[in-house]
Order: sequence, then C-alpha cells, then structure tokens
Amino acid sequence: MTDPSTVMTDPTTGGRDGFPHLVRAEWTKFRTVRGWVAGMTLAVVLVVALGLLSAAGSHASCGMGGVETACTLTTGPGGEAVSDRFFFVHRRLDGDGSITVRVDSMTGQIRLPDTVPGVRRVVAGVVPWAKAGIMVKDGVREGASYAAVMVTARHGVRMQHDFTEDVAGRSGGVSPGSPRWLRLTRSGGTLTGYESVDGRRWTVVGTARPAHLPAAVEAGMFVASPGDLTVSRGDLGGASVQVRFTEATAVFDQVRVEGRAGGTWSHDDVGVAYEADGRTPHHPGRFTESGGAFAITGVGDVAPSVDGMRIESTLSGLVAGLVAVIVVAVLFVSAEHRRGLFRTTLLAAPRRGRAFAAKAVVVGAVAFAAGLAAALTVPLGARVLRANGNAVLPVSTFTELRVVAGVAALTAAVAVLALACGALVRRGAAAVAAVAGLVVVPHILATASVLPPEVVRWLLRLTPAAGFAVQQSVPEYAQVLGYYSPQGGYYPLPPLAGLAVLCGYAALAAVLAAVRIRKGDA
Amino acid sequence: MRAAIEVIGLRKRYGRTVALDGMSFTVLPGRVTGFVGPNGAGKSTTMRVILGLDAADEGSALVGGRPYRSLRAPLCQVGALLDAAALQPSRTARNHLLWLAHSQGLGARRVDAVIEQVGLGAVARRRAGGFSLGMRQRLGIAAALLGDPPVLILDEPVNGLDPEGVVWIRGLLRSLAAEGRAVLVSSHLMSEMQDMADHLVVAGRGRVVEDTSVADLIAAASDGRVTLRTTARTEAMEALARAGARVAVQDRDTLTVSGLEAGRIVALLGANDVPFSEVAAHRASLEEAYMELTRDAVEFRATIPRDGTATS
Repeated sequence: MTDPSTVMTDPTTGGRDGFPHLVRAEWTKFRTVRGWVAGMTLAVVLVVALGLLSAAGSHASCGMGGVETACTLTTGPGGEAVSDRFFFVHRRLDGDGSITVRVDSMTGQIRLPDTVPGVRRVVAGVVPWAKAGIMVKDGVREGASYAAVMVTARHGVRMQHDFTEDVAGRSGGVSPGSPRWLRLTRSGGTLTGYESVDGRRWTVVGTARPAHLPAAVEAGMFVASPGDLTVSRGDLGGASVQVRFTEATAVFDQVRVEGRAGGTWSHDDVGVAYEADGRTPHHPGRFTESGGAFAITGVGDVAPSVDGMRIESTLSGLVAGLVAVIVVAVLFVSAEHRRGLFRTTLLAAPRRGRAFAAKAVVVGAVAFAAGLAAALTVPLGARVLRANGNAVLPVSTFTELRVVAGVAALTAAVAVLALACGALVRRGAAAVAAVAGLVVVPHILATASVLPPEVVRWLLRLTPAAGFAVQQSVPEYAQVLGYYSPQGGYYPLPPLAGLAVLCGYAALAAVLAAVRIRKGDA
Repeated sequence: MRAAIEVIGLRKRYGRTVALDGMSFTVLPGRVTGFVGPNGAGKSTTMRVILGLDAADEGSALVGGRPYRSLRAPLCQVGALLDAAALQPSRTARNHLLWLAHSQGLGARRVDAVIEQVGLGAVARRRAGGFSLGMRQRLGIAAALLGDPPVLILDEPVNGLDPEGVVWIRGLLRSLAAEGRAVLVSSHLMSEMQDMADHLVVAGRGRVVEDTSVADLIAAASDGRVTLRTTARTEAMEALARAGARVAVQDRDTLTVSGLEAGRIVALLGANDVPFSEVAAHRASLEEAYMELTRDAVEFRATIPRDGTATS
C-alpha cells in the first residue's frame, strides 16, 4: 500500500512539467513579445494585401462580335477548363452500337514565325498532337462529355475521354501506304476503343466511362490540330511563348456504323471562333465526301485548357510573407541564446529534446495559423479576379482546399526549419540568411528564370523550395503541348511530394538541432 | 539530516583549463551556505553542473538525491538564479514569470505573489529591458522563488544591489533558511557573507579549500593574536621579542603580536616602561580569514573565460 504523502512529495510523480505545460509556456513566451506577434501579423498582411491589390488591379474583357463581354472559359464534365474545338462529321446513334473507320492519310499545314513582319509563312506538316479519329459525344456542345479513339501525328494511337483522360495505344502514325483502322464500341455506359492495321485483327486500346453519356449520342469522325508552340528565351532570362495556327486534314474511308443510327451525316465546326462581325468563322474547318471517302480538315484541340489565370496567382506576396515568418521563427530561439535565456528554458525543462519539441510545436502552429489566414487570399483573390472579368481556371473545391491548407503547411514547415536552423547556428542573422538561402532564393531563381530550365527543375526537386509545389492548382497534362515552366506555375514535383521534400528538410534540421541541444553544455 | 545538495568529486576541463578538480561538498537544509572563492575557482561551473546545464567529466551532483535532469517540475524542487541579465528585454517582468509558471503547471496567482514578495509589484507590467541591475536581480530571485522550492541556488545575487537591497536579501535568505530550506549562495567577496551565511564552502582552483561554519573560520583565523597600539614601537618590539613573541608591524603605531596572551603583554610592557594606549585581542574579519585560506588558491588568468562573463 502506498503512503499518499510519499506520492505527493516524490518528485518523479509530480508530472507537472508534462509536455502540454511546456507547449503552454512556449506559447506564453511567443505571445508576450510584441515584435514576434507583429512579425507574424505582418507576414499575413503582406500576403493578403499584395494578393488582393494585384487582383483588384487586374481587369480583363473579351470581345464577342464587337461587344465586350466577360471572358468565359469552356468547362468539361469534371469542371476543369477545356479546349473543345474540332471538325465533327457525325450522325445520331441511339443506344449500343459501334463505328468503324479506316484513316488513310493525315496531312496539314503549319504557320511558322514570320521572318518578314506581316508576311505569312506557311509550310506543309502536322504538329505532334494533331488528331484524327472517331468520337461519340453528348451532342455538339462545347465541353460536352465524350469518348474517342484516334491516331495522332507523333504520339501514336490514343483513347481519350472527357478531356483529361488519355490512354496510349500503339505508336506510329498513318500514311497512304500504311492506313490505320479504328473502332469505337458502345455497350451501356462503357466505350471500348480498338485499333487494327488490316481491319481484321483488332487490338483493344482502352475502355472509358464518360461522365454524362445519354442514350442518344452523336457518333462520327473528327479532326483537330492544336496550335504550334514556340518558346523563345530572352536575353535577360524569361521566355516568350507564341502559339501559331495549324490545321490538319485526314482522309477516312470504310466508314461503317452499326446500331440504331439515324439520319444522314451532318457536320459541325465545334467551338469555332468568329471574326469581329460575329458571323464569319475564323480559321474554319471543312470536309468533302466522294464515294464513301471523307476528307476532313480541322483546327483546334480536344483537351484540357491551361490558358487562363490560376487561383494561386494571387499568392504573389507569399515569398515576402515567408521571409517575415523565417525572421520570427529564428528569433524565437536565437534571441534566447543571445540573452542567455535558453539556460532558463532548460532549468524549467531539463529534458532538452522536449523543450525544443515544445518550441517547434508552438512556432509550427502559429505559422500554420498565419499561413492559413494568408492563404485565404486564394479564394478571395479568385473571386475578385473573376469579378473583374478575368478568366480564372476553375478547380475543384478539394483542390482549392488543398492549396489553402498546403500553403498553411508550407508556412509551418518553413517556420520549423527556421527554428531548427536558429537552434543550430544560434546567430540570428546567419540563421535567417541560411534559411532564406535554402527556401526563398531557389524559388526566386526558379521563377525569375535566370537559370536554364533543367537546373531550375532540379532546384525545385532537391531544395526545400520544392514545397512551393503545394500551391499548384492545375496539373501538367502530358497530352497537351505547353510551356510547363516554374514561372508559369508548374513545378517538377506533384504538390504533396514537393511539400514532403520541404517537411523532410524541416524534420532533419529539427533532429540535428535536438541532438545539438541535448549534447552540449548550455 | 538528508543533504539537499550533494556534490561528489566533480571534475571538468575546458580544453587544457581545469575548471573543476574534485569539487565535493554538501548543502544541508535549514541554513544558508556561502559558496565563496576567487574568480575562476569553479563556483559557477559547479552550480551549472548541479543544475544539469553543464556535464561534468567525472563525479556527480544530486539535488534531493536525484540528478537535476531527472526532476519533474524542477522549479518546484530547486529555484535558481544564475544570470540576472538573462531576460527578453521586450517582455514584461510579469510575463517573464508567467511563462516560467506555465512551464511548471503553475498559475498567474503565484506569479503575482512572488512579484510582490521581491518588491517589484509596481513595475510588474513594465518591460524588463528597462530594469536596473538591482531590479533584474530581484526579478531573478522572484523566478527562483516561483515554485516555492525547498532548495535555492543563487549565483552572486548581491551583485548590483544597492545597500538597501543587500540588507533585504540578507533578511530574505535567512528567513528562507529558517523555513527549513537549503540555500546555496555564491560570491567572490567574502564580506558579502558576513551576517548572511551560517556555513561556508570556500573554493579555489576547482576544489574545496575549506568547508566550515562561519564562527569556526573566524576563530581559526584570529588565532590568539593581539593588537597593540603604542608610540614607542621599537622598544615594544624589542621587549616582546625577548619574551618569545612574534611581532608584525601594521602601521606607524600599531603592532600585531602573536604567541603571547594579552595579560602577559601588558605586564611585560609595564615592566619595561614602554608606553601603550591600547591592547586588544584581535578578531579577524571574514575577509582576512578568507585571504588567509585562498592565498595559495588564487589563480590569475590572462584569458577570458569561455562564456565571456566576468564571474566564474
């Protein structure tokens, strides 16, 4: 039987310096130094003010037949912005059925950059992602659900649906000597794409379940040819991106539709743009038919669109805000070393690893809250941008939450990294310089594009600046030719992988700091 | 009686400098133990080892029978004042004590109590950066008292205090000891221990030179010497030397005589017609006793100590 008085006085069972008490003590320390609270507040204000100011100052309008309208984006079934422009020769298909064609040739023309200003320079050729194939689509409305199997100029046979989904078949294009057979079969909600070199032996390319496919769909042949992309690098860094007109023409024959097909072939230049008069199509597609052979010319692309502002473009003040967070987090520990106060901390919490952990918890939580407040710029700024007529690429609520929470986590991880460096270096200015050199400088170098793109990609994979990837709201699409550069908002690592790299650095630094604190004399 | 602090054979060196060279002593509850010695004797290093801040190369230091680092709610076991300047200047006095209190699971009421106890109530909500050294010492003592600990360790607490403050701290430490607490106070000035310490641990060159009560130390240093005031210095010295006494000149008309009792001296001087104005048994000051003890132990250092502070 235990004597209660012994229990009361035994120092081992007091337990009053439990970890929550240490965390509370560190929080009291933090909130009672006005400069630190002001620094964290400044970080939030910087991000919010810079973001909202730039959003408020950004206006856009688009012309439609001489009338100014807000810029609208076409969206696909998943809500993402899409480009949906192609020439479609189609007929109605009710219920299950299939369509088979042979693609005999694919030719086209590409407008090259002008050598003499104002003089068009057009050459024969097809761009790598020029597409010719068969499609079933929920009508001919832009952005409607679809599934398609196609040959491309350079990327072989593909099965795609609902803009973002893409499956590769066999490689190789078509030429008059070696045609390609394509077949698309509907069974309920499932579409299966086939390909064949001779029309007898068929290979499955892939299956698709488009989001909204009604019983009656439009089935037929389509051709599209995305613009050609030229990236020229400036003398002082930076890049200018030029997209030029291209068109592709494909010849189809052996066309066979099975199932309850209705009417005759009709055609639509889906998504065509009009000249200023609002009637004349700009770069129209066309088609001819003779003896069961269709020659179809198309312009545009059926793919996700990455043209437009991104919600994270309102985070232009994030780097400045992070510098403030770094300074505060470093001072939170280096000021104690400078004043000899760290000894007092260790007197109160002699188990040193826990003392440091409590500090990290507090600085991480404070920075997370500050980052969360700052990241509210993203939804607010996007609202302001849209109200000003800007085309902001829509993202899902989940993505928006991920960006907001990710920026908060990024801020917290940077703060913990800064705290640990402060504990390792113990000199405030040196620690701030070190952390800024690890986090901010690589990001500035990357986005200022003074370095070769490959160097920049490695910087954003290997340094703590990889964490900035967490703010990327629109992914890079393999099936869309684009200039995917960090200054354009594309990071080499996926968002959470980039954040994980940063967290790895923070954890490593924290462990080293704890080891240093535990080992030495205070 | 159970020792509140046990220091057992501590050794520590910084590079080639020996800071502690077998330091051993105990501190008992219920009295003020003075820890004195010249700068560089190892007092502060010993205190840091007791408090788990520095690790000794050899030996151990226990508080209440346990190493400091194993204590739960340590500020409720040991209160310490090491460096009164260790403050965040922009934090108020009260908030400085508040975070310490929170770390031990104590509340704001205890903070307000100790802040009144040390006489800083009026400036509790002022930034500590504006405090004088004396006010900082009081704040440091408030921090030491925060957990109402049975053991107190104070490094040079009298530094920077005005005379009123010195009187105050003497009274405070004596009353804390009277409550049954163990109080260890260091100083490089023995005079500060007068009327404050009951027991003395005298350190020199990293070890204990003397571990004794204040009364015994003074008696030993006085060693039966007699102070003689006379206008006939030469005659007096001759007469006393003939009788076998050792005589030292203190100034023009004062001699210190040892080896003869005061009565014999009076008789001898009378017999030899040597005039004198005063014969008194010499009572050594604590300072003299200390000088005697540490004469060999004083170590003058050309180098600045590692942590750059002036005290050791």
